[in-house]
Amino acid sequence: MLRQIEGSRAVAETVALCRPEVVCAYPISPQTHIIEAVGAMVKAGDLTPCEFINVESEFAAMSVAIGASATGARAYTATASQGLLFMMEAVYNAAGLGLPIVMTLANRAIGAPINIWNDHSDAMAVRDSGWIQLFAETNQEAADLHVQAFRLAEELSVPVMVCMDGFILTHAVEGVDILDQSFVDSFLPPYEPRQVLDTSDPVSIGAMVGPEAFEEVRYLAHLRQLDALERIPLIAKEFAEATGRESGGLVRSYRTDDADIIIVALGSVLGTIKDAVDIRREAGERVGVVGITSFRPFPGRAVHEALSHARQVVIVEKAFSLGSGGVLSTDVAMAMQGTPLTLRTVIAGLGGRSITRRSLEKLIEAAGRDELEGLTFLDLDNGAVERERARMSATRRSGPSAENLLRDRGTVSSVKAKEEV
Amino acid sequence: MTTQPVHFYQIGSFAVGNRLLSDDERTVQSNLDRTNSIDSGHRACQGCGEALGARYALDAAMRATNGQIVAVNATGCLEVFSTPYPETSWRIPWLHSLFGNAPAVATGVAAALRVKGNRDVRVVAQAGDGGTVDIGFGCLSGMFERNDDVLFICYDNEGYMNTGVQRSAATPPAARTATTEVVGPEPGNIFGQGKDLPRIAMAHDIPYVATATVADLHDLERKVERAMELHGARYLHVLVPCPLGWGSASNETIHIARLAKESGLFPVFEAENGKVTSVSKIRRQVPVEDYLSIQRRFAHLFGKNPRPDVVAHIQEMADQNIARYGLVDEDADSKEMAE
Repeated sequence: MLRQIEGSRAVAETVALCRPEVVCAYPISPQTHIIEAVGAMVKAGDLTPCEFINVESEFAAMSVAIGASATGARAYTATASQGLLFMMEAVYNAAGLGLPIVMTLANRAIGAPINIWNDHSDAMAVRDSGWIQLFAETNQEAADLHVQAFRLAEELSVPVMVCMDGFILTHAVEGVDILDQSFVDSFLPPYEPRQVLDTSDPVSIGAMVGPEAFEEVRYLAHLRQLDALERIPLIAKEFAEATGRESGGLVRSYRTDDADIIIVALGSVLGTIKDAVDIRREAGERVGVVGITSFRPFPGRAVHEALSHARQVVIVEKAFSLGSGGVLSTDVAMAMQGTPLTLRTVIAGLGGRSITRRSLEKLIEAAGRDELEGLTFLDLDNGAVERERARMSATRRSGPSAENLLRDRGTVSSVKAKEEV
Repeated sequence: MTTQPVHFYQIGSFAVGNRLLSDDERTVQSNLDRTNSIDSGHRACQGCGEALGARYALDAAMRATNGQIVAVNATGCLEVFSTPYPETSWRIPWLHSLFGNAPAVATGVAAALRVKGNRDVRVVAQAGDGGTVDIGFGCLSGMFERNDDVLFICYDNEGYMNTGVQRSAATPPAARTATTEVVGPEPGNIFGQGKDLPRIAMAHDIPYVATATVADLHDLERKVERAMELHGARYLHVLVPCPLGWGSASNETIHIARLAKESGLFPVFEAENGKVTSVSKIRRQVPVEDYLSIQRRFAHLFGKNPRPDVVAHIQEMADQNIARYGLVDEDADSKEMAE
């Protein structure tokens, strides 16, 4: 049923339809509305049987999910940013143990400086953890992906993270078609664990593995990720056939058939990019978009097919590896090895900075003139950066840069106080 | 005619011989039907107190639940020596996740059992003192506060023995560890630091908190059985001497554990809902020197440059415990005679 609903609420209601048995919750913006809503459903008796556990940290949240999943329960939690980093050790552990936990990641920047707004630094920080990472473009897709995520996770015994942009999606109210319980029940069979703590058949889970077998264990986990590359499109196809909706899959192309320039991105920014592309198309530029839904496993072959006919590919990323460059760009470059394609990386939207359609239009224009450098920071205030660099070289105790930049921008009251002094 | 005197207690110790007890008073270990939850063949050091404590505790829990136990294990000696995979000593369902999260993992196991309507299977989580008082402390306090249905057992050997004997917040003052070396004016671990986890557990008002040592295995088993009669968060803190880390002879493990109790340095008691309900009285009080002087980690307090001031300071700690828990009865001897 189509409803005007907040993204977090849509996810919470869809997660409830998946009949999670253990949900652990620790508050962190911008994920909090999701677990609040699930908690209320459990407390009201609308989601039963389900244990909703208020834990003392994200590290505990993932650990509770690990214990529950290893005991054969369908386990779910949600987090963001610092929370993901605080549970990092358990995030790796869940994947290493092969436990099909599903977690929503409401993508948010990582501090310092502390920042609650959206970018993809958190998801990128755990890209090598062994979790499947699916990025939602819209709230509809975010909701739908959770049903597919439980199915995929449990089929493969691999945990799945559904990434949705914090605030931009989690707090946006828009029309979302919430699935029927009967459909979800038919799409998602009860969880049948591959390994379980069972007193009638005792096993040891989590034993030490030395050099004699560690590489093979890791390689098997890699193979399961490759299996996911096969399963993700099939599950999305089955979902589309039943619902009539294109949600999930590996990659999605938009106006790329004759495209000279293709922009690649993850998540909700794809909507704005498509708008910019439509406008540049009207101006005669042959430009298209490829959205990557499955970031891990990375669909190298699908990306290659989607991009190989273009002349230039511009990867717009909401995160980057300091001292190196784009993270997604590295994966795309690997996929495009041996092609004459020009790859350009654009870092944009860090810490919630708006990626405007106008900025993207200019970006496409610059790409069309072959003016983009290898690595560009969209809408970067170079003046502010240079002024801080100058302060740092002029004075040893130049103070905290983050605060200096805010003062430079005139967004802290100390400016006035200082001027008065 | 030759006569042989019958001793109720084994000579030189307070351990009650199984042969002299009725069947239902004998230890679980004396019964061939014991489960061997942690089986022989593991890689623990000779004289390991933790292996002994874990074996008794888990088999007692198994007997108390008709074999319906799931164990969660923190990283540490017990985890490492029991699972040199593909060999495993565990004959019960066993899960190791991380060093600091055993209480939370156990919460998850308990939640899954509850949601599935499985009332028979019970959860035991285990960790060393590092996994309990230090890195696992946050998760443990959370598990206590929520009163999750988990028995958490800390095998306390007073340091990070698995990584090569470093100090934990359970390491006693003056003890030598690799990170509190015997150098400088105040050699060994510092006075005035450390955590008393049983008392912290009691402050959570959880249903059951108890301490035990591997010197009195009947007492350990009884406390495990009592814990399994109750639901909610329960905490058992077992002192387990470590020959490697303490620098003690491997055949002295039981003896040292007994001296820890008999000196008053390790109070043995039970508490329910935050209140002490029973204490194991000191039977024959010994000065702390008796306990300290047979461990190389305290060797710098004796020998060529003795530190009677430090020993006196440690004696004060023992006296404080004795006063706090009432460990010595004025008429203890007469009572014992009456028994």
